[in-house]
Amino acid sequence: MSQEDINAEVILDHYRNPHNHGRLANPTFSITEYNPVCGDTVHMEILASNGEISDIRFVGTGCSISQGSASFLTDLVKGKSIPGVMELTPGVYLRELGLNLGPAREKCALLSLNAVRKAISGNSQK
Amino acid sequence: MKSVELIKQDFPILGRTFNGHGMVYLDNAATTQKPLAVIEAISDYYENYNSNVHRGVYRLSEESTDRYEKSRENIASFVSSETAGLVFVRNATEALNLLAYSLGHRLKRGDIILLSEMEHHSNIVPWQFLMEKGVKLDYVKMTSDYTLDRDDYANKLKKKPKIVSITQASNVLGTINPVKEMATEAHEAGSTFIVDGAQSVPHMPVDFHAIGCDFLVFSGHKMLGPMGIGCLAGNLESLESMDPFLGGGDMIREVQYERATWNDVPYKFEAGTPNVAGAIGLSAAANYLRDLGMEEVRGHEKTLMKKTLDLSRDVEDLVSFGPPDPEMRGGVFSFNIGNLPFFKLNDKLEENDVVISGTVHPHDLAASLDSFGIMIRSGHHCAMPLMGRLDVAATSRASYYVYNSLEDVKNLFAHLNEARKVFAR
Repeated sequence: MSQEDINAEVILDHYRNPHNHGRLANPTFSITEYNPVCGDTVHMEILASNGEISDIRFVGTGCSISQGSASFLTDLVKGKSIPGVMELTPGVYLRELGLNLGPAREKCALLSLNAVRKAISGNSQK
Repeated sequence: MKSVELIKQDFPILGRTFNGHGMVYLDNAATTQKPLAVIEAISDYYENYNSNVHRGVYRLSEESTDRYEKSRENIASFVSSETAGLVFVRNATEALNLLAYSLGHRLKRGDIILLSEMEHHSNIVPWQFLMEKGVKLDYVKMTSDYTLDRDDYANKLKKKPKIVSITQASNVLGTINPVKEMATEAHEAGSTFIVDGAQSVPHMPVDFHAIGCDFLVFSGHKMLGPMGIGCLAGNLESLESMDPFLGGGDMIREVQYERATWNDVPYKFEAGTPNVAGAIGLSAAANYLRDLGMEEVRGHEKTLMKKTLDLSRDVEDLVSFGPPDPEMRGGVFSFNIGNLPFFKLNDKLEENDVVISGTVHPHDLAASLDSFGIMIRSGHHCAMPLMGRLDVAATSRASYYVYNSLEDVKNLFAHLNEARKVFAR
C-alpha cells in the first residue's frame, strides 16, 4: 500500500466517522460554503478565544473528499492560533492531505479550508 | 446497423486503456467521440483545401468555399431543412443566444417567453438577459413521470407567449418531448416555436419540416462531429426578417463609415471567418450517422436503455430520474444510490450524528468507476433549476451512443457495488 493509498484510507475514515461533527452553542464565527458545481456544502462553526481556535464543529453534505477533508481540517486547526491557520494556504493544506486529486476534486478538498479562512478573516456573518 | 464491435473500430480513441481497463465512455450527452472519417475529413481540409471562403477568386478559395457550402447542404438535408436556412454557429448554445438576441430585439415589456422546467442552462440564461427590458419568463411544469404537463402547457399558451423554446430531449432525464404537437399548439397561440435539438438530432431521426418548428438548434460535437461547430436551422422568412447577431466581415453587403447593409441569409448571421474545417467535419459525421441509419441509432439506444432499466431494478437503493418507458426517453440515465437532497442547514443542525443512509455521492461513484475505465458524468448537468425541482444536489449520469454495447451497460452495473462498498455512508 502506497502512502497515497493510506492517506486516502484516512480521509475515507474521516468521511465515515467524522470528527468534530455537529454544532457549537456560541460560535464566534459561522459560515456556510457551497460548491455550485456538485452541491457540496459545509457549514463550519468556530469558537475563538485568546487568538486561537479553541473549538470547531462542522455539518455538511457532499462527497467523501469534501466531507472527509472537513473532518480532517477540524482536527488540524483545533488549538491553532488564528495567524497559524491563515498560514495554512491551499497548497500547504493539499500537501497535508496527501491525496492524488485532479483539479475538480481539489475544489472538493478545499471547500472547508476556504470556509474557515473566510470566516476567521472576518468575511462572514455570525 | 453494423455491429457495435465494428463501429468501435472506427473510433481510434476507444482503443485507449485506463489502469489496464478498456475505455467505456458513457458521457455522450456531454460530448461524443469522433470516428476516423471525421478526423480525416478535417485533416484533408487543412492538408489540401485551406483558404478563406467567400473571398478569393483563385481556385483554392473556390474549392474551399465549395466544400463549406456542400457541407451546409448535406447537414441541412440531414435534418430536412432548407440549405439557405442553415446557419453555422459554434454550438447550440450560440444558436440560442443568437435567437434570444435577434428575436429579443422585437420584444416589449410584459412579453412572455415560455420555456420548460427541464431546460439546459443554455435554453434559460440567454432568455434571462431579456428580463432587463421587462420580458417575463414562464416555465411549463413537469409531471411526476418526468414528462411535460400538457395541460399546463395549454394553459400557459393562453397567455400568448411571443416565443416558446423547448428541448426535444432532456440531457438529464432523457425525456423525449412531443415537439411536433407542441409546435402546432404554439403556432395556434401565435408563438414562435424553437426546438433545442442538442440531445435529439444526434440520437433519432429529426425532420425540421415535419416538426413544423420555426427554429431548430444543435451542436456538432454531440453527434460525432468536431467541437466548435453547430447549427441554427430556421425558416427563411423568419431568418430574413431578423436583425443580425454579430457584426463583421462576410455578414455585410455594403459598409460605409456610418452604416452598413446586410448580406443574404444565412451569411447575414455568419460574421467573420467561419469554422470551415468544423463544418466539413460535421458533414462527415452526418454521413457516418446516415450510413448507420438514424432509426437504427434510436433503436440501438432503446435496447441499451431497456437493459439499463432492467439492471437498475436489482440495485438496492438506486433512485433514477426519467420516464420509465424506453419509448419515451433517449439514452440518458440519471441516477443516485441513496437520496441526495439539497443541503438544508436547519435539518443538519438538528442532527448530532452523521445519518447513515447508504448514499454514495455521485463524485465518489464517478471516481470509483473511473478506476475501472468507466466514464460517467456527476453533478448538476448544466440544469441547476431542474436539480432543484427534483430536490437532488447532484446525480450520476450514464449516456449512450452508437459505440456503446450491452457489455458496456453490464460493466457499469457490475462496478456500482464496488463503489457502494467503499463510499456508502
